[in-house]
Amino acid sequence: MSFLGKKKPVAVRTDSLYADRVRVYPKSVHGPVRRFKWGVLIFCLTVYYALPWIRWNRGLGRPNQAVLLDIFHERFWFFNLELWPQDIFYLTGLLIMGAIALFLVTSLFGRLWCGYSCPQTVWTDLFMWVECRIEGDRNERMKRDAGPANFDKVWRKGLKHAVWFVVAFWTGGAWIMYYVDAPTVTVEFWTGTASTQVYGFTALFTATTYLLAGWAREQVCTFMCPWPRFQAAMLDEQSFTVTYQSWRGEPRAKGKRYAGAGGDCVDCGACVTVCPTGIDIRDGSQLECINCGLCIDACNHVMERTGRPGWLITWDTLADQAAKAAGTHIPLRLLRARTVIYLSALVLAASVMIVALMLRPGLGLSVQHDRAPLFVTLADGELRDGYTVKIVNKGPAQAVFEVSTQGMYGAMLTEANESLGPAETLGLPVGGDSVGTFRIMVTGQPASLVDGSQPIDFSLRDTVTGEITVYHSIFMGPVRRRQG
Amino acid sequence: MPTKIEKDDVTGRMTTGHEWDGIKELNQPLPRWWLYILWATVAWAVVYCVLYPSVPGITGYYHGLIGYFQRDAVDADVAAVAKQRAGAMDRIRTLSFAQIRSDPDLFAVAQSAGRITFAENCQPCHGAGGGGNPGYPALAAGNWLWGGKLEDIDQTVTFGIRSGLDNARVSQMPRFGADSILKPAEIQAVADYVAGLYGLPGAATNSIEGKRVFAENCAVCHGDAGQGNRDVGGARLAARVHLHGDDRAAILAQINNPRMGVMPNWNTRLDEAKIKSVVLYVHSLGGGE
Repeated sequence: MSFLGKKKPVAVRTDSLYADRVRVYPKSVHGPVRRFKWGVLIFCLTVYYALPWIRWNRGLGRPNQAVLLDIFHERFWFFNLELWPQDIFYLTGLLIMGAIALFLVTSLFGRLWCGYSCPQTVWTDLFMWVECRIEGDRNERMKRDAGPANFDKVWRKGLKHAVWFVVAFWTGGAWIMYYVDAPTVTVEFWTGTASTQVYGFTALFTATTYLLAGWAREQVCTFMCPWPRFQAAMLDEQSFTVTYQSWRGEPRAKGKRYAGAGGDCVDCGACVTVCPTGIDIRDGSQLECINCGLCIDACNHVMERTGRPGWLITWDTLADQAAKAAGTHIPLRLLRARTVIYLSALVLAASVMIVALMLRPGLGLSVQHDRAPLFVTLADGELRDGYTVKIVNKGPAQAVFEVSTQGMYGAMLTEANESLGPAETLGLPVGGDSVGTFRIMVTGQPASLVDGSQPIDFSLRDTVTGEITVYHSIFMGPVRRRQG
Repeated sequence: MPTKIEKDDVTGRMTTGHEWDGIKELNQPLPRWWLYILWATVAWAVVYCVLYPSVPGITGYYHGLIGYFQRDAVDADVAAVAKQRAGAMDRIRTLSFAQIRSDPDLFAVAQSAGRITFAENCQPCHGAGGGGNPGYPALAAGNWLWGGKLEDIDQTVTFGIRSGLDNARVSQMPRFGADSILKPAEIQAVADYVAGLYGLPGAATNSIEGKRVFAENCAVCHGDAGQGNRDVGGARLAARVHLHGDDRAAILAQINNPRMGVMPNWNTRLDEAKIKSVVLYVHSLGGGE
């Protein structure tokens, strides 16, 4: 039996199908792991809160916000990168890369994502820090919660929730700023002129931040998040994770340790009291463990006081632990079939993404043949087909695009609405950052209509950049009887 | 059925009491707040059912306390759109064709309104996209009987063809065969001549008799070379497309007892703005002049 008198907090009411929540009061801890975790937290939060405020000059008429997901105008801006709705597959690529990177990191070093950079962890840490400043550390909080509702309890709880609410509101508000211009929406928000959506989504994200980071905390990781469920598939005996060295620690010696009597673990429970999910790392790798390593800092303090070497709880692999128990050592193997496969998949996905991004055309052409009529016969016997031609101009300024056709000798083009043509090449003006739609008629006498159709290519040339793109289409006519 | 709830020695947990062939199920209790969320959603469903239309009956249904009706919401949306459109359609009504075309936004509205108006009113005869049908002209081909300028199309649409109105387009081709104006031999000859005008395979192109009959009877409306005459609605015969068919039998039928199509006047069915929109749309199909 460990010092809490039970193995796991969920097993308290063993006769019921429902478990009451066991409140976790994590004790604050100091040490290198905690310092690193603070560092990651400060970095992540700084990026999150500050990013929408970075300005980026893109010229007149374009947003000057460095990162802007402008859903209303259907444009995503990332510094010098501009994405259109049809570029949304880059997001798919990014998600695939994110998933593979997560697999890779987990198989190498365990759930680093969960322990350090997951928003749930970061904001929970921040909310716990606020709680600790106002309500005091673990023992003080437990005592106050168990005590009567006096003035001290009420004002501390009230202040804590007020600060939580402000942080949650700031978080929810910052989320909105990624979708609309940050300075503008800030002014609009406080002058009451922002849209209902802005107020609605701010309220929504304020509420979720407050509830998830303030109240739900480890319940999210243990009961709501799917990631702990399938992390087991990524971990193996070579994964470098937070580990209690039981060969050193066992048998546990309660209280002061005497030389030669038992293992190094003095069963003080320091590792359990600092755990943000309320588990005992000495039970081994488990679902609830987010691999944050705060128990390492806590245990190192104890080892220092008992005069034993530190790192009784450490980062290590299961394989090395087994070897160490037998008096040998297995070095860390970062290159394993699993990690090589993940890494190759990651490199492949990243290469495809980068190449696709580099070769991203600055102009786009789409040609759609009319569905009805498929063609019309003119008085002089020539055929005319109608096409809807869409030209995507991703450049900042209006440009003239030259459209011509190949594959049908003597084909003449006319643009019905702009009254252009007939000519072999039409110059069509398209405004900057926009799509021009044109009704183009192609008139001609096709030489080789097979079963009523023949291929025809539309080519588009940007007269400013000289870039050319081609769209394969067809020209249709009557089905002629074959000779013989 | 639960048999015996007992403690599992390996995990130290209790079982649920369920057992299948010796395999027992460990009790992994659900967090109680999860259960409360279930009850909260049930409560939400009850409130929703009281407030909104929910329970069907034999002849009707329960309408809900707040009286929400989906069709009202649609009507409100439609009214809002109609209000939004009213301004644009009013401008289409008052402005000239040239003015509409010079305003890209208004022109886009007119094109859209024209496309819908065409689909609802003109398409049954003239085909989708103005592709035409036998007896009904292909508007996209530009082989106009009465002219292909915006003003010409506007007059045709507004007053119709042989619609009975004073301003309607009217032409009447004599029944050369049925009324015995021409002899059967003359009809055969002029049919050959007309077939020759547009190069129908096997046509006797150099029929002197046919040329004479054509010059005396047909050229006044259809032009000396069969080029047509839009002032009187005389069809262009020297063309590869014909309203009532291209073969020799079709020519003979048309000379004997001509079919004279009727197009209704649309001024009593469509408002001015819709007529102008549909005119702009028809003009843009490819045949506009």
